[in-house]
Amino acid sequence: MHVPRTPHAGLSRRRLLGGLAAAAGAGVLSGCSSDVLSGLTASREEAGTLAYWNLFGGGDGVRMQQMLDTYQRDHAQVALSATTLAWGNPYYTKLSLATIGDKPPDVAISHLTRMKNMVEAGLLQELDPAALARHGLAADRFTPRTWEAGLVDGRAYSIPLDTHPFVMFYNTDVCEKAGLLGADGALTPLDSPEAFTDAMRRAKQVTGAYGGVVASISETSTPWRIFQSLYSQLGGQVISDQGREVVIDDAKATEVLTFLRSLTSDGLFPAVADYQGSIAMFAEGQAGFYFQGEWEISTFQTAKTPFSMTLFPHLYREGPYAVQADSHTFVLPRHPDTSPERLDRALEFVASMLDQSRTWAEGGHVPSYRPFLESAEFRDLKPQSNYAAAAEAAAYDAEGWYSGSGSNFEIVTGSAIGAVIAGQSTPATAVGRMRSALRDLARTPSPI
Amino acid sequence: MSTETVTPAARPVQPPEPSTARPPGQGRAATGFLLPFGLLYLAFILGPAVYGLIMSFFDASLVRPGLGGFAGFGNYTEALQSADFWSSLWHTLWFTILTTPPLIVLAFVFALLADRVSRGRWFFRLAFFAPFILPSAVVALIWIFMYTPELGLLEVGLAKIGVTAPAWLGDPTWAMPSLAVTTIWWTLGFNFILYLAGLQEIPRDLYEASAIDGAGPWQQIRRITIPMLGRTTTLVAVLQVIASLKVFDQMYLMTTGGPDFATRSVLQYVYDQGFTNFRLGYAAAVSMLFFLVVLAVSAVWFTIVRRQEKEV
Repeated sequence: MHVPRTPHAGLSRRRLLGGLAAAAGAGVLSGCSSDVLSGLTASREEAGTLAYWNLFGGGDGVRMQQMLDTYQRDHAQVALSATTLAWGNPYYTKLSLATIGDKPPDVAISHLTRMKNMVEAGLLQELDPAALARHGLAADRFTPRTWEAGLVDGRAYSIPLDTHPFVMFYNTDVCEKAGLLGADGALTPLDSPEAFTDAMRRAKQVTGAYGGVVASISETSTPWRIFQSLYSQLGGQVISDQGREVVIDDAKATEVLTFLRSLTSDGLFPAVADYQGSIAMFAEGQAGFYFQGEWEISTFQTAKTPFSMTLFPHLYREGPYAVQADSHTFVLPRHPDTSPERLDRALEFVASMLDQSRTWAEGGHVPSYRPFLESAEFRDLKPQSNYAAAAEAAAYDAEGWYSGSGSNFEIVTGSAIGAVIAGQSTPATAVGRMRSALRDLARTPSPI
Repeated sequence: MSTETVTPAARPVQPPEPSTARPPGQGRAATGFLLPFGLLYLAFILGPAVYGLIMSFFDASLVRPGLGGFAGFGNYTEALQSADFWSSLWHTLWFTILTTPPLIVLAFVFALLADRVSRGRWFFRLAFFAPFILPSAVVALIWIFMYTPELGLLEVGLAKIGVTAPAWLGDPTWAMPSLAVTTIWWTLGFNFILYLAGLQEIPRDLYEASAIDGAGPWQQIRRITIPMLGRTTTLVAVLQVIASLKVFDQMYLMTTGGPDFATRSVLQYVYDQGFTNFRLGYAAAVSMLFFLVVLAVSAVWFTIVRRQEKEV
């Protein structure tokens, strides 16, 4: 290396290297890179740590944080690291990959409808009844529907936190002016498609804009939820035999889709509304009714919207009441560290969360922990207790390797349904599209 | 630095080595310098690519150990018969068609203008280049705000002048153009800088001479600037086509492939199949097919551009 170098070139190279070193140093110093470092060095976390993953945003996220703060106050010796990720496929993809890579969190939230696939893929730890009982988490502490729906071959892999049904929000000012409230302040029952349409028309006259609103675009779960609620009331099913067969009932599906489309084509609902837009319209009083999972309660409390909530209406009375719902559950991903201390720490964390069911229920969810659900405290919690019955009528998404909350199943069905509500597609086309897309999925051998 | 580079002059007792075309030791030094890159290339590019090729012939699952059952060309035939694969491939191509011409033409125009500004040139350079240094998540957030239906800047702004805005990201026909606009705003700066550098390479005296011969500004651009920038344009075009074909971030962040899968790029299809659906073998087969497409597009593009260059 006797190439003569100009001082300038040497200086700039040294400067560059210096700069890189400084940047790397800054990265090490900043807290966020400690995970990266521990990942690179594969150092196991020290005893007394608890990693917890969840998918709660918005009001749920705020409440979960309160619960975590309480846990942390009572368990100061445990280093808790809670991570919130975007829900739906991204969340389950990350949770699965982390578990496959032997770096799972100690405790994670999973939807009940997503948990079974993770069990079949061997990603979850079976929960020993004795260990559960030790922490006050025995089966009889939970509502039978949520507990039993989570069993795989009679074995427990999940601890249910709640049921979150699709519900009806209504603006009390608008409904009062529209003459839709009874003497006791309760909403007039909307017990047929005609009664429902009529109520929307009267609400529209009051708001001057729309009667009701449901998210139809850039969103697949909401259209699926409203469809599934009505379609289940008609007794319809979409897939069966663990997702290997598509059993859409054309007549029933078309009836529901035609009804949903009639709401937007008559101008009672906006045809095009995304998730945030639908919230804004209800919060600003441009729509008297809003259809979504009960978790949006916090949004409207913050916005000081005059509102209440009740069961999603029972429009098709041929069958028993049904409404789309899912449950949040706690699961313990398969972990390389199988020490009993870690298991106890994880279960104690879950028990602490369930003890705070009140805080969680304030976010709208129907608790599945019976000591709280059956208390007078919950009965007096309004409007949550108005729709607590939905938990027993929950129409969970059918089982299949591609099914569950926020899954491919909801995406292919929800996008076809959303296109009908938005007026971009006809009911017949949508049913055809759902069938062919689901058949492709049903034909594909399960990778699990 | 390395001991191999010590020259014979440093060890005068040693007899001079037989003279070769190259100074002694240089071949070994070159190997030494290339080795770290070679190893990384082998470990992170070539190795995984070969493994992916093998995997594409098996029913590999992310959640089962090993490669799984042998599938032959099963994954390939499934992909070729899948409407989802073809539509995602078309989305990627459509995105490339929508973004490549504006990203070349606009970058050229803006570079030309910024080059002509006499005062505050640094400002224009910075203004056009600044978006490029933003992370994709920030870009996605900014544009999601602007595209929000009913409340977003674009819809409210257009309403003021009496135009009804479409649902930018919500309408299947508008979502892709909206993503293209975002991408153009975001990545224009890179091509812009390449063109700006190219413009500064053109000798000033060419313009002076042509001005003396009576050429106007438009003639100068057509007869001097564009031909002299031919190599830059080739570079920009090739880089741009490949970058556009590789689109993933902004689509995944802004629409997650929606609405109604209208903006799912082929890379997201691979991601969805491989990581979300655990179907690694199938995802690998789709990747291989996409690799062939990129190869074909690049080859065609190179031939066209080469021929043009010869004509110039």
